[in-house]
Amino acid sequence: MTAHSTAQLESKPADKKPGIPAKGRRNSHWAGYWHLLGARLKELRREPEVVFWIFAFPILLALGLGIAFRNKPADVSRVAVVAGTDAENTAGLLTNGFHAEVLPRAAALQAFRLGKVDLVVIPRSDGSLEYEYDPSRPESVLAKASVNDAIQAGSGRKDVVPTSAHISSEPGARYIDFLIPGLLGMNLMGSGMWGIGFALVEMRQRKLLKRFLATPMRRSDFLMAIGSSRLVLMIVELVLLLGFGALVFKLPVRGALLTILLVSTVGALTFAGLGLLSASRASKIETANGIINVVMLPMWVFSGCFFSYERFPAIMQPFIKALPLTALNDALRSTILEGGSLRAQGSRLLIMCLWGGVSFILALKWFRWA
Amino acid sequence: MSVAVRCRNLKKTYDGKVEAVAGLDLEIQVGECFGLLGPNGAGKTTTIEILEGLLLPTSGEVEIFEKKWSTHAQELRELIGISLQETRLGEKLSVRETINLFASFYQNPRQPQEVMEDMALTEKADAWVGKLSGGQKQRLAVATALVGNPKLLFLDEPTTGLDPQSRRQLWDIIRTFQQRGGTVLLTTHYMDEAEKLCDRLSIVDHGKIIASGTPGELIERTCGAQMIEFATSNGDATISREEWRKLPGVEAVHQDDGLTVLNAREPHATIPALLAAVEERGLRLDHLTTRQASLEDVFVQLTGRHLREE
Repeated sequence: MTAHSTAQLESKPADKKPGIPAKGRRNSHWAGYWHLLGARLKELRREPEVVFWIFAFPILLALGLGIAFRNKPADVSRVAVVAGTDAENTAGLLTNGFHAEVLPRAAALQAFRLGKVDLVVIPRSDGSLEYEYDPSRPESVLAKASVNDAIQAGSGRKDVVPTSAHISSEPGARYIDFLIPGLLGMNLMGSGMWGIGFALVEMRQRKLLKRFLATPMRRSDFLMAIGSSRLVLMIVELVLLLGFGALVFKLPVRGALLTILLVSTVGALTFAGLGLLSASRASKIETANGIINVVMLPMWVFSGCFFSYERFPAIMQPFIKALPLTALNDALRSTILEGGSLRAQGSRLLIMCLWGGVSFILALKWFRWA
Repeated sequence: MSVAVRCRNLKKTYDGKVEAVAGLDLEIQVGECFGLLGPNGAGKTTTIEILEGLLLPTSGEVEIFEKKWSTHAQELRELIGISLQETRLGEKLSVRETINLFASFYQNPRQPQEVMEDMALTEKADAWVGKLSGGQKQRLAVATALVGNPKLLFLDEPTTGLDPQSRRQLWDIIRTFQQRGGTVLLTTHYMDEAEKLCDRLSIVDHGKIIASGTPGELIERTCGAQMIEFATSNGDATISREEWRKLPGVEAVHQDDGLTVLNAREPHATIPALLAAVEERGLRLDHLTTRQASLEDVFVQLTGRHLREE
């Protein structure tokens, strides 16, 4: 059935309600706010991309990285021994905890350059051994030390001090424990920036903002509804990621849930403010896209989502610590992993509030509705 | 009768250069359907958006129901309904949700159900906006304007891009609103639409009103009652416009697309004289029609251009 025939069948004679239309209901003061919030949440739920990027993506990422960097029973050092005098003997000493193979010199060095082996052992004609290793690669340094130990011990060296070792791999200190709060922080940033910035610019481009402005809708209701929709989503993201971590990776959640919730709320609102600011002027989604990426990129790199920011030079540390995502990640790790109190997060919360608050004020000043 | 919309010496200049509206006066009475007719780029949308309180004029005064936007914005928003040119409403909301959302902004809206019935949207109530046809989307846009129970309706190019049937449906909706006591201001570049719907209209070109009145008045005043169009051939002797102008009852002559067009107030006197003149000069008449003058003719007469010329 075509749309037009439907419409035709339904059209009513014009004289159905003569005169002034029947008196409608009276709306409460907050009707606009609640309807805007409801509409926003419905739209988010009906957008498959949103559901994927906000909910599925961080969990898949956690799962993938959790598996890739899981704590293996014992890390095997991969060693190439250059074929020549005594090569087979030397390789024969490296059986326990090593993967050693005898290769021609060129092939061995090639494998080392490509990162396929961590260390090259080159037996010399005088009976000594030469180690080819890279001091900037931790696994290479480790391989050199342990290969040397194994060869010396296998050749008869006796340890002077007797030692024993105890294996400790408790939840809380593993990579996955470090990772999940970082992913949570990154997710709160991403969904705040995209969920608010992108959505607003899209509405502006569609002239929907202008259309809303032509009604008696209060602008504050609109902005509050957008902000509240972020908080609702934030709770879902938080429960999903922490729940996933706790169930699948036995992530220890040591802090009070209320404290974690509060830190997340401040984080979500901070990035809601930054998202609003990024979207305050742009009239095309392509422009907004660029702005949002430029704002987020430094934090993706520096704020310690995937690895500790302590690895960056000391001179950069004050700059890194002033970033809102660094503050959020630190506060999340502290509360989730160490059970840190809210009071202990004071300076981090302050950094976030400053970023969020200043952004919000500037955004209100610059915001273009039409 | 009281005044619904009044503006005086309205001007809007973009970036200090482009003068979109160049001194425009309007007075629309309560209960009227008033049209702004003009080609694309004439300044219609800028004018209507200033009247809607969405754009600030560079200079000039606007009063809606004798109140100013600067002092009574919130009150006026409750009284007017707007359909912007090409608003794309949220595609993932249903028709009902969209109308409910807009209803929630007004203190005293109409029942969304009732508006959907009036707009013939009941069957599509639960369909997503993204799935609607062009005509249905446009009816929804007008529904969002009507659900606030406005006294004054602004419609910017409400039927552009619609098929003839959807256009007639919208015309019915606008007439019904007017019959219930509403006032309408619409812009259009379709002369038939303006002729059928509008009680009065102003023709706008280059940001200025070049003529105003009822459609009948405008046609009568500018073109006379009838248009006589003809083409001749076989004539070595080219006949100048002035000669045609001298025929009895002819008020104006112009060439249009190979035809000579005469404005005639008394065709019964003009046509025999025209035929005699053709006969006398040994020309062959290839084409001859007479028709009622339209607003299009008024526009051509006033500007020398067609309304929808590129």
